[in-house]
Amino acid sequence: MTQDASEAHHRRLTEVRPRLVSFALMHLRDLSRAEDAVQEALAAALEKDGSFAGRSGYETWVFGILKYKILDAMRAQKRQGTWQPLEDEGDDEAIERQFQQNGRWQKDARPSSWGEPEAAFENEHFWRVFDACMIALPDSAARVFSLRELMGLSTEDICRELGIKENNCWVILHRARLRLRACIEKGWLKETAS
Amino acid sequence: MMMCKEATRLMSLKQDRPLRFQERLSLRLHLSMCGACRECNRQFALLHKAGQHKSPASDDTDEARSDS
Repeated sequence: MTQDASEAHHRRLTEVRPRLVSFALMHLRDLSRAEDAVQEALAAALEKDGSFAGRSGYETWVFGILKYKILDAMRAQKRQGTWQPLEDEGDDEAIERQFQQNGRWQKDARPSSWGEPEAAFENEHFWRVFDACMIALPDSAARVFSLRELMGLSTEDICRELGIKENNCWVILHRARLRLRACIEKGWLKETAS
Repeated sequence: MMMCKEATRLMSLKQDRPLRFQERLSLRLHLSMCGACRECNRQFALLHKAGQHKSPASDDTDEARSDS
């Protein structure tokens, strides 16, 4: 690597690293494991093609490698027994609170408009709330949601990976989305309005 | 008549696999009458897009989704 390339590499890394760590953290739920996975991904990227570092498409490429490293780490967590995929985390109550007994929305839980997605995505506060709400999700709900919506795996693949039934996957995702929407609405909209 | 809670189940499912004809029909009917659920439907779609924003590229082809 020339000095210029090395500097460009370093700059890019500084920019992209926090995003990689945040992405890994949502899946692995443990900061040191997330940082390890990112370190491994960056090392693998450098080993494969160090000259790629300063070029466009680098970020996409590193994220692609990180996704494999995350799945490896998740398998290791399962193997070591530090994490067991749970089909039922008993989080029914948080969901039930949003609905009346007859299945209609509770008055104070009725969804309001969040405006245009693009406007929300440009708002830093939205992302702070989003991240906080992801961390607040029950463990399995957060991991299944991350695999589905952040990593983009199909529910079929997720179930194979985690050893749970697809039907359970859909139940977990339904609950995760309801929890997330309630949490984000509370943290984001209410604060923006006040 | 399907109630809101069941409607949210279908809205969520729609993000993960194509709905069956009957499911699509019941959801569409419910959404046509319920503003709160229409918002919830938009929120689930926004959550999906937010997930994609977290990494620069996604393999998700969106084929499981349809606008119903």
